[in-house]
Amino acid sequence: MANEGVNQGRRRFLTATTAVVGGVGVVAAAVPFIKSWEPSARAKSAGAPVMADIGKVESGQMVTFEWRGQPVWVVNRSKEQLAALASQDPRLKDPKSDNTEQQPDYAKNEYRSIKPEWLVLVGLCTHLGCVPDYFPELKPEPFDPAWKGGFYCPCHKSRYDMAGRVYDGVPAPANLRVPPYHFVSDTLIQIGVDPAKGAA
Amino acid sequence: MATAHVTIKPRNRVLAWIEERLPILSFTASHTSEYYAPKNFNVMYYFGSLALLVLVNQIITGIFLTMNYKPDAALAFASVEYIMRDVEWGWLIRYMHSTGASLFFVVVYLHMFRGLMYGSYKKPRELVWLLGMFIFLVLMAEAFMGYVLPWGNMSFWGAKVIISLFGAVPVVGDTLVQWIMGDYNPADATLNRFFALHVIALPLVLLLLVVLHLAALHEVGSNNPDGVEIKEKKGPSGRPLDGIPFHPYYTVKDLFGVGMFLLIAAFIIFFEPTVGGWFLEHDNFIPANNLVTPTHIKPVWYFTPFYAILRVIPSKLGGVIAMFSAIVLLFLVPWLDRGKVKSVRYRGRGYKLALAVFALVFVLLGAIGAGKTAEWIPELFGPAADVTLIENAFGRTLTVLYFGFFIFLWAYTYFGLEKTKPVPERVTTHD
Repeated sequence: MANEGVNQGRRRFLTATTAVVGGVGVVAAAVPFIKSWEPSARAKSAGAPVMADIGKVESGQMVTFEWRGQPVWVVNRSKEQLAALASQDPRLKDPKSDNTEQQPDYAKNEYRSIKPEWLVLVGLCTHLGCVPDYFPELKPEPFDPAWKGGFYCPCHKSRYDMAGRVYDGVPAPANLRVPPYHFVSDTLIQIGVDPAKGAA
Repeated sequence: MATAHVTIKPRNRVLAWIEERLPILSFTASHTSEYYAPKNFNVMYYFGSLALLVLVNQIITGIFLTMNYKPDAALAFASVEYIMRDVEWGWLIRYMHSTGASLFFVVVYLHMFRGLMYGSYKKPRELVWLLGMFIFLVLMAEAFMGYVLPWGNMSFWGAKVIISLFGAVPVVGDTLVQWIMGDYNPADATLNRFFALHVIALPLVLLLLVVLHLAALHEVGSNNPDGVEIKEKKGPSGRPLDGIPFHPYYTVKDLFGVGMFLLIAAFIIFFEPTVGGWFLEHDNFIPANNLVTPTHIKPVWYFTPFYAILRVIPSKLGGVIAMFSAIVLLFLVPWLDRGKVKSVRYRGRGYKLALAVFALVFVLLGAIGAGKTAEWIPELFGPAADVTLIENAFGRTLTVLYFGFFIFLWAYTYFGLEKTKPVPERVTTHD
């Protein structure tokens, strides 16, 4: 093929514009495929709020409900458990719940709850999402000789106190999450809905 | 040595007709009977061909498993049990696949260790190593997703933990996790997409990478236990004096290796397919339950060294970064190691020691990740011992040693601290 009289500038321009337009097309075509991985409409609707009947939960007892496929704990904390909370502050990473992503504003208090005795938590370790075990008793445990009740994760040994606050020196970075919830009546909690704002 | 592009001219007219249009016989000859490999390969040189054998096994058994498996969170666990109990020979096909997965990592780890021993990653084989590392990476993703498919409780929680690693990414972490899972928790959507990736997307990538790995290898030629470049000493025929044709010499040698390997594989498949919970974990014989975490959550043995690094670091983001760095550093070995001598036979004492320590550290980290040290500590230090404290101290020391290997390798060769022995001009054995 004769190459005389080739306009190199024009050839470069055409090559570059073709590559750019083609590239934009590829990126645009990728969007639907990437978006198809997001939670589907069905998955989102299955994440609707749930009602939790707490009328029969004894003092010190924990009940697990399911919300968005995640365990949500409701604990009726005993007086001893509540009394020991303040003493744990020096051993905790975030004793004052300053990380605002881990609880709604109405649960940013010393008990991390709306009513002191009723603790509501997403039961997933903030490290890698395992379900910690409930160790309610205030007695020395193999993993902590000064245990004052709380949650212990079997996966990577993260520990949380009776308000779901994480201890220092464990892999979990944050306190257990408090989900949006409100009291419909004294014995009924709705999980997934803030008292004021409506569904999360 | 570089692939000799021989031209075959068949006498048979039909074959000749094909060969003129598609030189398939010439191509095959160039890569087998006319491909010269060093004549001093030892036992460490079996694992490349064995990895290929296992790959073929995984593809064939995998295809047959998909004929009965259901990628549905409600049906998956039962469909695996159906394969095990009701499908004719289904148990054999599944055990061949599950045993093959673990043996894949056995041969790949030994294959990689061989590379470190004999400097097979050094110039001119950097790309062979790099492509091999990409194969390793894809293989880990492939194995992880395959492990999720039976939808046992360990499948579910393994998926949960591994996907949550991406939650450590600042700002977009939580969105990324939901995007990968397609739900708020590992669910049907997660299982279904992992199935798609496991049976089609990743195997295609894996096959492409294997072809590139072999193409790059055949271009530069195999290294050998002496680390001598055989193509630097050629005979009058233009062929390397220390080379022998891959076929029939190494096809026959590799067939012997295949025989030994299949003997071991058959023993596992027929007599001990779970290998005491190492190849198939006990907790995975329980259906997935999103509300109950297994007491001892741990990945399958081949991930445990990296998992241990994640576990002993008391920071989520730090642990994730360290774990991924442990893999990324392996990619960089050809450039960290500035030494000119390839084989451990002629390298300095420091390298020999460092490599031995590195291998030991890898195994011990594996023991921590598998939860073995948590069992050993009370026996060694008495029941009152603080298991977490001792395990973390031990694990962190090993983590430092693991990363120390790469720093040492660079400093040792960059500052010329290595005292090497003279490398012979020709390979030393099998004259």
